[in-house]
Amino acid sequence: MMHRRTLLAASAASLAAPSILRAQTVKKLSFYYPIAVGGPIPAIIDGYCKDFQAETGIEVTPVYAGNYGETLTKAVTAIKGGNGPQMAVLLAAEMHSLQDMDILVSLDEIGLDAAGKAWMAGFYPAFLANSRAEGKVWSVPFQRSTAVMYYNKAAFAEAGLDPEAFPKTWAQLQAAATKLTKRDASGRVTRWGIKMAGDTGNAQWTFGALANQVQHVLMNEAGTETYFNHPKAIEALSFWRGLASEAKAAPEGVSNWPQLSPDFLEGNAAIIQHTTGNLTNVKANAKFPFGVAGLPGKDGPRTVVGGGNLYFFKSASPAERAAALQFARFVSQPARAADWSIKTGYIATRPEAYETKALKDYVAGFPAADVARGFLPVAVGELSTFENQRVYTALTNNVQACLNGTKTPAAAMADTQAEADRILKPYKKA
Amino acid sequence: MLKRETWQAWALILPAVILLVAFTHWPAITTVLDSLYTTPKGSRPPRFVGLDNYAALWDDPVFWTALRNNAVYAFATIPASVVLALLMALAVNTALPGRPLVRMAYFTPTMLPMIAVANIWLFFFTPDYGLFDRILAVFGGGRHNWLGDAATALPSMIAVAVWKEAGFFMIFYLAALQAMPPDLQEASNLEGASRWYFFRRVTLPLLMPTTLFVLVNAVINAFRLVDHVVVMTHGGPNNATTLLLYYIYEMGFRFWDTAMAATLTVVLLALLGTLAWLQFGVLGKRVHYR
Repeated sequence: MMHRRTLLAASAASLAAPSILRAQTVKKLSFYYPIAVGGPIPAIIDGYCKDFQAETGIEVTPVYAGNYGETLTKAVTAIKGGNGPQMAVLLAAEMHSLQDMDILVSLDEIGLDAAGKAWMAGFYPAFLANSRAEGKVWSVPFQRSTAVMYYNKAAFAEAGLDPEAFPKTWAQLQAAATKLTKRDASGRVTRWGIKMAGDTGNAQWTFGALANQVQHVLMNEAGTETYFNHPKAIEALSFWRGLASEAKAAPEGVSNWPQLSPDFLEGNAAIIQHTTGNLTNVKANAKFPFGVAGLPGKDGPRTVVGGGNLYFFKSASPAERAAALQFARFVSQPARAADWSIKTGYIATRPEAYETKALKDYVAGFPAADVARGFLPVAVGELSTFENQRVYTALTNNVQACLNGTKTPAAAMADTQAEADRILKPYKKA
Repeated sequence: MLKRETWQAWALILPAVILLVAFTHWPAITTVLDSLYTTPKGSRPPRFVGLDNYAALWDDPVFWTALRNNAVYAFATIPASVVLALLMALAVNTALPGRPLVRMAYFTPTMLPMIAVANIWLFFFTPDYGLFDRILAVFGGGRHNWLGDAATALPSMIAVAVWKEAGFFMIFYLAALQAMPPDLQEASNLEGASRWYFFRRVTLPLLMPTTLFVLVNAVINAFRLVDHVVVMTHGGPNNATTLLLYYIYEMGFRFWDTAMAATLTVVLLALLGTLAWLQFGVLGKRVHYR
């Protein structure tokens, strides 16, 4: 919840009092964060905030605000209402949209000294793919992931597949998923070969990975153009649809993201495409041996990065911005990044975290934790444009129509492109 | 000079007037004004565009989908929940063992917040191992992707709404039934009227004021109750469960297109106003108040 003091601080900032006066007074920050996976995330975040307070005396109030979409809504609403947080973890892909709203402050503006610049250079480049625009850095990687496949090794063995060799190509994946689909005497499916999320908020991520798997890029770097109506994009959607319509290895219609983990843990789905951030949850709850593998591709493995970055807001006073940046640096320290990775399964955002003893030991004992990192070189950034949520919605609706069998992949992609063109028209430079 | 009583009267209604103006009329007027301007974006201030937003809305296929969905939703939930409420009220108005328990059971869905209800029903609707699919499996039924299939998603939303609302309306019917004088029943018994005849010619007409009240509420709820859409489907798949209010929310708080959201709100206001006028104007005349 917002506190009165935050409100007062915000109104003080809007009165534009000299920043020097307030420099001493930053005692409190609030930040919004989303949860997209299972597990005790709030306790972990609370712990980091307490540690930060112990070290700096600044109290950080973390506000759990729902999933990524909900957190975005709440943060922006609060900021527009003049009572917003100083920082928030939001989808990395929202950079263009947030910038367009003119509510962000770049790290360059907050002030990065030489040490700060060196610190920024220490993140994995793939995680900074959605951070740079107009020559500035707008966000700090935090809970980052790639899409990976979780698979049920017992089911693989039962279906006569090698549990240690996960498919690397689309053809292999489809064949394996078909074999893994189990039916009872009446023809009722008791176990699906594969499930991928097509619900609102997730369809675009699943599809982004599939597009990269045929090596197709969906948008330009400036976020003003999209390329859905392309044979390769259509091919990607056809493959997704075909898992249900041709291979009968996935259920008809849309599968929902929150349902995938329970489905997998219940043995209802042999393979699910999910985030690395879910690893610790699956590890704790799976009653069967499971494997983690990189996503296959049409010809070889390719995936997409995902997850959230820390953004800083204009509405904060200079002193608050500086304190927020201090917090970002605090949570990305190697030991803490390693701890976060171990406790959640998210990929530590900096290579140096993998040099810590804690993470080295953890990975040695649980090699699945290091699978996703190996796929960073074949990962691309997320679909990210201006009016991001609108483009996502256009894509999601059409993907869902296709998965429901009411539109062909070609028609779905053509309609998405037409809609995206309409949405992005004001942003095209003449 | 105004009379003293007039001053007093104004003073007495002033608090209510202030609240109404501040929270109902003023927002309504600004909404209408906002719908005539473009959405301010960052450095671009709003620009007057007249009725352009309404023209854009007319061309928006999702708006028509939402309107159609909402019509289906209303036409299904209103009669179903009202009839069910009446039947439940009649059932618990008679003497039967454990009557308080049954009444409470019928009323429970009303007491639960819609968000909780939606989460419970999410489990009911889970494909393969959710409640409904398990029950159907006993009878040899197959798998249903209730919420992920465009054909069953909206009916699923309707079922949740009826389940949630019927208990609430039952309370009003029950109160009306309890207030009905018992001598009417005794008189009709003496005259040898059948139970059905008594229900049709005495009970039902006497319940008409309640029915009107319940109907007005049901109509409002058919446009107002969208919490379960937010929790369960986000309007998907492919807008199959997008209702008008949900679309307003999406426009306003996901896309930040406040001008379009204002335009939609004006349309919804006009729609609800017309419906209320029809109900009180047409139906109201046929209602017999004692």
